[in-house]
Amino acid sequence: MKLWKKFLQWLNDRTGLVDMIVSQAVHPVPPGAKWKYVFGSAVLTAFIVQVVTGIGLLMTYVPSTGGAYQSLQYITNKAPLGSLLRGMHCWGASAMAVLITIHLCRVFLTGSYKFPRELNWASGVFLLGITTAMAFSGQIIRWDQNAVWSMVVGAGMAGRFPLIGKWLAHFVLGGDVVGSYTLSRIFDVHVFILPVLLASLAGLHLYLVLHNGVSEPPVPGHKVDPATYRSEYQDMLRKRGVPFWPEAAWRDLVFALAVVFAVLLLAWLAGPARLDKPPDPSLINAHPHPDWYFLWYFAVLALLPHALENYVMILAPLLIGLILFSVPFVSNRGERHPARRPLAVAAVIFIFPAIAALTLSGSNENWSPRVNTPPLTADIIGASSGPVYDGAMVFSEKACIYCHTIDGHGGKRGPDLSYVADRLTHDQMLLRVMNGAYNMPVFAHILSSEETESLLNFLSTRKKTGFVVGQGQPAAGNSSN
Amino acid sequence: MKSGNKMPGNNMTGRSGPGGQTSGEADPVRRRFLARLGMAAGTLLAIAAGLPVIGYILEPAFRRMQRQWVSVGPVDRFAAGDTVLVSFENPRALPWAGVTAKTGAWVRRVGDTNFIAFVLNCSHLGCPVRWEPSSKLFICPCHGSVYYADGTVAAGPAPLPLQRFHVRVNNGQVELETRPIPIT
Repeated sequence: MKLWKKFLQWLNDRTGLVDMIVSQAVHPVPPGAKWKYVFGSAVLTAFIVQVVTGIGLLMTYVPSTGGAYQSLQYITNKAPLGSLLRGMHCWGASAMAVLITIHLCRVFLTGSYKFPRELNWASGVFLLGITTAMAFSGQIIRWDQNAVWSMVVGAGMAGRFPLIGKWLAHFVLGGDVVGSYTLSRIFDVHVFILPVLLASLAGLHLYLVLHNGVSEPPVPGHKVDPATYRSEYQDMLRKRGVPFWPEAAWRDLVFALAVVFAVLLLAWLAGPARLDKPPDPSLINAHPHPDWYFLWYFAVLALLPHALENYVMILAPLLIGLILFSVPFVSNRGERHPARRPLAVAAVIFIFPAIAALTLSGSNENWSPRVNTPPLTADIIGASSGPVYDGAMVFSEKACIYCHTIDGHGGKRGPDLSYVADRLTHDQMLLRVMNGAYNMPVFAHILSSEETESLLNFLSTRKKTGFVVGQGQPAAGNSSN
Repeated sequence: MKSGNKMPGNNMTGRSGPGGQTSGEADPVRRRFLARLGMAAGTLLAIAAGLPVIGYILEPAFRRMQRQWVSVGPVDRFAAGDTVLVSFENPRALPWAGVTAKTGAWVRRVGDTNFIAFVLNCSHLGCPVRWEPSSKLFICPCHGSVYYADGTVAAGPAPLPLQRFHVRVNNGQVELETRPIPIT
């Protein structure tokens, strides 16, 4: 023990590091922060998990279009602990997304971004942006079919940028096709460029926390006034401050432990993201979709009026970033307690259900045609031969079923036609089929007149009432024809 | 900028200790020169080391794939009127490209030696469109863009018709001219 102390003394004499670390560790922090202040360090913990598991994965992952997929298969299916490591990296990313969101909301709701912590917030917004880019690039270097087509879609979106769109798309792809250059540069971005930026900015973020001090839990009526805040804060620390280590740090570490356990448990039980088909762009049965944290934005883009697409696709993310960034510069003083900031609380309360609803919508993807729907069965049709059955076959064969549902079978892009005859007459249906609509092709030259007639025969049976099961004949509603 | 230039000199005189007692008259000029020299050297070295890297990173954005004719099979393979999926390797792909070098096209024979070939990519955001032979429509599974058999837009968010490859028949082989991914 004595030898150890002597060594530390020697080390401190030559480097000064021991004093520096100890003084920072025991720096006074406001009392009473409790558990709601643990999320920032939890994000850092999740990031460290990402760095460590990422380094591990790089021992085997091959960043080439020819080898990436096989190396991922090897890591996932053969390498000892490989699946666990990929799982940790995958769930660690989700943990970061969740914890960053909670941390951001906590800081926002407790008004901790106000004077003098404007740049703490601003650096945090950049950290959020870089983390988002990490999430997307990570999905791409999981170089499977979904990644290849997501990259095509990503380039397509970049292509919508005003003036330099095409150039930007080619910059992202590293050329004018998806190929070896694409994976190599996205890999570089994910493994070197962004992590270095992320670690440096996280260092700055942490430094600013030390420089400006941890924000004290807000008290209703206690307003932030830049003229007096610092002296009041120092005063409070002198009178009531507690050393960060161990008074506050124990909670950070216990929560961080819970985060790591959760990541491990999920990695073990649920495993990593499933590998899609091989990254072969000539395999066309692909349906690119983003990882869960992007689903809400995926839904926004799909549900928008198409005329707005170009603006929203590019400007919305920039605008969200700008709005977040400008929060402390719009107001850096006044009340901090959420009870006195109803608009701030309302904003958070509004945004969460919105994001949740959009995420749900993004996972259902009802705007996508269900191109693999099997034909309708005799049970659903209510006939196994005859004109109604023939009409139902036309409905399936001519791709109507991809967008329209009959009794729960089919796509949801167009209206549900289970009971279409209750609301449309034969002629109204004929008009729609022949002329199409904005989201529906013109079928006039696709269907023969026999096909059209049997299709309408079938659709005319689709009533809640008056449908004669097994008859194979249109029911009363159709008799007027 | 002005104060920035003066700062280093001021600091140095402030901290120079015993050695800093040198004649004050000549020092400011010399130090200003040295400060400028230092900054110029720093800027230049950053440019010298950085430019090649930046050039290397940006270059692919300006590169245009050299178009090249590739064979997708003998003429007899294609029945008149049918629209079939062909796949071929990008001849310009890098040696380690693996299956990612492959790409495809929807090829239709419209006459003895006449062919049409559509790109796979939807003009909306580039998802792969599928040919539905019975309804004679191209359907995009992503956002439901639909194209008629001639590639014109039938429905959905697609802003433009399906783009086409140049096709020719050469020595009994159907050949397509490679082309970039359509960015609309």
